Amino acid sequence: MRQLFDRDTWREIFQSIKKNKLRTFLTMLGVFIGIYIYIVLSGASKGLDNGFEKEFETIARNSMFVFSSSTSKPYAGFKTGRKIQLKLQDVKFLRQQVPEIMAIAPRNVKGIFGTEPGVVKRGIKSGNYSVFGDYPEFTKIAPKKIYDGGRFINTADIEKERKVCVIGERTQKELFNEDEEPIGGFIEIEDVSFQVVGVHKFAGGGPFDNDSDIFIPFTTFKKLYNTGDNVAWFTIAAYDDADVIKVEKNIKAVLRRIHKVDPTDEKAIGAFNLGEVFKKIFGFSNGLTFLSLIVGVATILAGVIGIGNILLISVKERTKELGVRRALGATPTEIRNQIIIEALVLTLLAGLIGIIFGAATLKLIDILTANVELPYTNPTVPIPYVLMSLFLMVGLGILIGLIPAQRAVSIKPIDALREE
Amino acid sequence: MIEIKDLHKSYKMGSNSLHVLKGINFSVEEGELVAIMGSSGSGKSTLLNILGMLDELDEGSYDLDGVPIKNLNETKAANYRNKFLGFIFQSFNLINYKSAMENVALPLYYQKVSRKERQEKALKYLEQVGLKEWAGHLPSELSGGQKQRVAIARALAAEPKVLLADEPTGALDSKTSYEVMDLIQKINDEGNTILIVTHEPDIADMCKRIVHLKDGIILEDKKVNQVRASQYV
Repeated sequence: MRQLFDRDTWREIFQSIKKNKLRTFLTMLGVFIGIYIYIVLSGASKGLDNGFEKEFETIARNSMFVFSSSTSKPYAGFKTGRKIQLKLQDVKFLRQQVPEIMAIAPRNVKGIFGTEPGVVKRGIKSGNYSVFGDYPEFTKIAPKKIYDGGRFINTADIEKERKVCVIGERTQKELFNEDEEPIGGFIEIEDVSFQVVGVHKFAGGGPFDNDSDIFIPFTTFKKLYNTGDNVAWFTIAAYDDADVIKVEKNIKAVLRRIHKVDPTDEKAIGAFNLGEVFKKIFGFSNGLTFLSLIVGVATILAGVIGIGNILLISVKERTKELGVRRALGATPTEIRNQIIIEALVLTLLAGLIGIIFGAATLKLIDILTANVELPYTNPTVPIPYVLMSLFLMVGLGILIGLIPAQRAVSIKPIDALREE
Repeated sequence: MIEIKDLHKSYKMGSNSLHVLKGINFSVEEGELVAIMGSSGSGKSTLLNILGMLDELDEGSYDLDGVPIKNLNETKAANYRNKFLGFIFQSFNLINYKSAMENVALPLYYQKVSRKERQEKALKYLEQVGLKEWAGHLPSELSGGQKQRVAIARALAAEPKVLLADEPTGALDSKTSYEVMDLIQKINDEGNTILIVTHEPDIADMCKRIVHLKDGIILEDKKVNQVRASQYV
């Protein structure tokens, strides 16, 4: 211990490291590359991770879309190929029988799934836009960023079947002049006048989102398009701790029962499970993190073994010097410690340079990809990982230093001196 | 100072063993300058190695300054070497990446002497061997004679009880050899005990006592009239 904090020990070590610069450089290269690869890889996979997270921040993680289609099996006296229509009443049953549901939003739409888009006019301007009939609950699942002064559809709008709408950014640009305030303004949907109560910011996310859309209350939609209690699809979010795949199964089972569909009919009730997709994506980036961990650790290991190897050669080269030192009164412990500290210094120095270069590379990638459409944000390596790799290096450095150190003291001074 | 009684040493060479030292009785007083002579294979280097605690004896006893030297582990041997002995080698054995001064200071480093004191002492001994102005030079920048003088300064730096020199002039021409012997005589004049292993009669004649070894026993042990090396310098 005394040796470790002695300035002279360090002078001795740096002298012997400095003595052969090429050897020192080559020794350190292995560990440097190892830690560099580890930092860059795990930083990059963290960046990918952050990127995905940002990409999907506008929609609940464990949400799904449930829709209906035609039956593919005959059941309870019904023929196959019967069209199934989801109804507003289904919500009640689903809520009752699938307690994992956090929020459920029945939705209707004009403009996608093969339906005609709504014809929207404002003065002399007009266009075709997707019109959604929505409940306020929808924002619990896929929060909409509404610009200042506006709001999303609320419960009162639903109850009073108000003719109000929330429009997308592009809808606003196309129907309103730049200096016009859209909130409070009126647009005509299918020749019916609607008041704009909010403008939502476009945020990429759910598969049906874009910025040229119009949201109106579900109840108003029902009257406008005469859809009765029909629902195009449900957007459902489960609680965070629920198993989305199981929830999806339960929901489908309930809907099959309500609509008298064969319990084994997979086609009649369909679902697109975002939760499952998220799981896969995050599984992928977790796998990437794990891979970079393995690659990094393996290369660090290889580098450290390289240090041990070269120190072994160095000890062999310095046999005579070590013999002289021992003849002059160096104890085996002092010799051993010197070699171990040498190994440690080389490993740590190489590792720190690797970390610095790795961090610089990550920063560079971040700058270069700032304007590129990639799910890649803020590539950082978590500090615990860096610390872990440092500890790993210290541990391995000491361990690997033990071999040449033991070799150095196993030679008797007399034999060491005899060697020419 | 040195007291050796009935010393035996043999080496195992495969299945048969080689009896190198066959009962050596030998003592050295303080301030003596002893030459150990003998042809190669006579056991003189083995004797020096045992005296230098670099090798262990098989039988007999060895007392150094009243301390029995036996059953030493490496650490203890290292401490004794550091405290009692100064080595001068035929091939100098300076550490090539350390300056003359750092080489001289090395035994003091292992004595845990403070840095400042080490430098002062190293300079003092370099001055004694006449190489003060070469303190900052690396061994590769010194001549053979200068290297051996640095090595002598290093051996002196630890202020040992006994200096052990193994063919100190073996790698030097005769003029440089006499310079080195002159230095060794001067050091001896100051009261240091010195043992020199050599096979050169003229070098042995510059000592005060000559011990002849042959086939592992002492053939002759006589005091001689010292030839001063200074007359040849």
